[in-house]
Amino acid sequence: MSKKEDFVKFDKVDKSYDGKILVVKDLNLDIKEGEFVTMLGPSGSGKTTCLMMLAGFETPTNGEIYLDNNPISNIPPHKRGIGMVFQNYALFPHMTVFENLAFPLRVRKISKEDIEKKVDKALAMVSLSEFGNRMPGQLSGGQQQRVAVARALVFDPSVVLMDEPLGALDKNLRESMQYEIKHIHESIGVTVVYVTHDQGEALTMSNRIAVFNDGKVQQLSSPDKLYEEPVNSFVAEFIGENNTFAGEISDISNGSCKVKLDKGEIIANPISVKSVGEKTTVSIRPERALINPKDKMDNNQKGKIEEVIYHGDHTRVRLNLLGNSEFILKVPNSSQNLDIKLGNEINIGWNSRDARALDPK
Amino acid sequence: MSSETQKILSTDGIPLEESLKKAEKKNKIKAFLLVSPLLLFLIITYIVPIADMFSRSIDDKMVTNMLPKTYKAMEQWDGKELPPEEVFEAFYLDYKILVKNKTAGKLQTQLNYEKNGFKSVLKKLARKQKKFEEGNYKEQIMKVHKRWRNVEYWRAIKRRAPAYTYSKYLKGVDMYSNEDGKIVQVAEDRRIHRILWSRTLEVAFFVTLFCFLMAYPIAHLLATLPMKYSNLLMICVLLPFWTSLLVRTASWMILLQQQGIVNDFFVWIGLVADDNRPEMMYNKTGTYVAMTQILLPFMVLPLYSVMKTISPSLMRAGKSLGATPAVAFFKVYFPLTIPGIGAGCLLVFILAIGYYITPALVGGASGTLISNQIAYHMKSTLDWSFASAMGLMLLTGVLVIYWIYNKLVGVDNIKLG
Repeated sequence: MSKKEDFVKFDKVDKSYDGKILVVKDLNLDIKEGEFVTMLGPSGSGKTTCLMMLAGFETPTNGEIYLDNNPISNIPPHKRGIGMVFQNYALFPHMTVFENLAFPLRVRKISKEDIEKKVDKALAMVSLSEFGNRMPGQLSGGQQQRVAVARALVFDPSVVLMDEPLGALDKNLRESMQYEIKHIHESIGVTVVYVTHDQGEALTMSNRIAVFNDGKVQQLSSPDKLYEEPVNSFVAEFIGENNTFAGEISDISNGSCKVKLDKGEIIANPISVKSVGEKTTVSIRPERALINPKDKMDNNQKGKIEEVIYHGDHTRVRLNLLGNSEFILKVPNSSQNLDIKLGNEINIGWNSRDARALDPK
Repeated sequence: MSSETQKILSTDGIPLEESLKKAEKKNKIKAFLLVSPLLLFLIITYIVPIADMFSRSIDDKMVTNMLPKTYKAMEQWDGKELPPEEVFEAFYLDYKILVKNKTAGKLQTQLNYEKNGFKSVLKKLARKQKKFEEGNYKEQIMKVHKRWRNVEYWRAIKRRAPAYTYSKYLKGVDMYSNEDGKIVQVAEDRRIHRILWSRTLEVAFFVTLFCFLMAYPIAHLLATLPMKYSNLLMICVLLPFWTSLLVRTASWMILLQQQGIVNDFFVWIGLVADDNRPEMMYNKTGTYVAMTQILLPFMVLPLYSVMKTISPSLMRAGKSLGATPAVAFFKVYFPLTIPGIGAGCLLVFILAIGYYITPALVGGASGTLISNQIAYHMKSTLDWSFASAMGLMLLTGVLVIYWIYNKLVGVDNIKLG
């Protein structure tokens, strides 16, 4: 069976609540069948609104959403056949776990035996087979979340939406639930649209991530590409840690450019700059800059150590480098003896292709 | 396993249990002192009056105290034939004192309740007894009136011997114990209390129903509207609370009377003819309308407090799982509001069952309730013991309803806010 490329399609969708401010601006987004796509962004960036429009609880002000090539703006939520997992689980507190799972099947008038079979299967999938007779209030947060996931999947929906489902769980549980949801997705191949503001969660689980800001998708790509190759300074800033230099292009040629800073000059990789004189923000990941590099690197600078923070597996070093006193280095905790002491001057080197010259902030 | 478990000692060697008790004793005393004013208040204003009501409702010492010698002498009498001479003598002596003290009237009334026609017999005796000679009182009394030869009258006196009676309760349900001591119904045209009881239940039931039907959407609106509007609506709901009950009832009188605003409006829009204005007051309609309006907040508030806690995502979850809005409402939302419905219904029903002012003012003859009857006996007939008996019956009824409710819904499920 071939997977459809645009199983879920947002086509030029705008959304405004008050007629003054657009919460979602000209959104175009294609989601493949069976894909796990995460909408990631700070609060107020429009990602939850997008999810609500897909679920049918909000209507687009303009544009159309297609599900399997059918426009769905005029279809009420209960006819869309989209499963949804809510932030606060939204389990029906007056029904047992079994009844919660049977609810979507009962409203579809499925026979009793089939309901039992499907519910048992779904409960087994989230390893809660023993808990059918419990009330949701008697379950822990993680168990409730698994019931909510099972309930959203039990009626075999084509798409499952998850609205920050792990937000209320503690850190360890959140991580194990991330893997669990990822495995469930892999084993049944359902299309998942996931909303979160936790980048770690997004990077761990998704096939592709859509980074939202200001009502727009800033970048839609796979987790590794998003982290390694952010296309603008917002994405670079929002995903992972980031060292930045603000400057001006002084020379650009052959896929590399020179950026003039307040103090000194660096060589960078021109991503969203084209001509000399443009303002730019250069972004370098902390782990791409090395202390006393053995290999030859085209950027070499001297920096003064201002702060050393021990983190167990690595040490974070804050430097003053080229006038940027917030330059962070991550030094792996290895047997290698480096002279990391407060106040020392050290050599820092990085490759120009890891220094991405993006739009100015 | 040995049954003797080792006692755990606290650091200074006293058993832990003891030192815990010691430590908590102070707190317990403090807590008790804190609630004691309220406890005292409740005892004085609630427990004592109810106890007093109860003792009044069964108190029947009046006759017993007026005829002490008679009842002493009657102890031996089996009631089958006319009593012996001692009883006649004792009765003569008791009655003589009563006549002398001018309190015989009360006895005459009381015994007339027990046996019709007793009053005239006693009045005649009061006149004739002055000329009685000493000795053989049986003959002399029987000579005064031939009814004294009738054993029924003596039995009537004996029936009043106990200091306590439940006759007022029987009267409350239109029954009495007849001459043979059997409990029978009063004549059909005099069974007014049963009509009142059933009407009170009916009115309370329908007022509760109307309140529920009106309050549910209001409470839902209150719980779902944005703060800005819901506050305003809440004020509208609570506004009646800040107005005197009498004022509200009086305004309903202005609205509902035959020449009132509502009737004027009906005539104006041509719903009714001017010479055929419907009577909306001084009957059950008036009682329903006014009581529903007055008791509405008591239904809205518990419903609102429950609905406020229901997450809107539950309805969304229902819909996203494929339930139509109606199904989602009845399967998801409605069951979750049952604690509020229970609390509101119980509150309104119990308030309605004992409602007094409104039915008294707008109820007319066909809209008065049992509480109006109680007030009538308190103020007009001064039969306080009967009023007390009916009051207690009402209280018992409320407690029974509460008990049934507890069995059906469970009081733990009530949420008052």
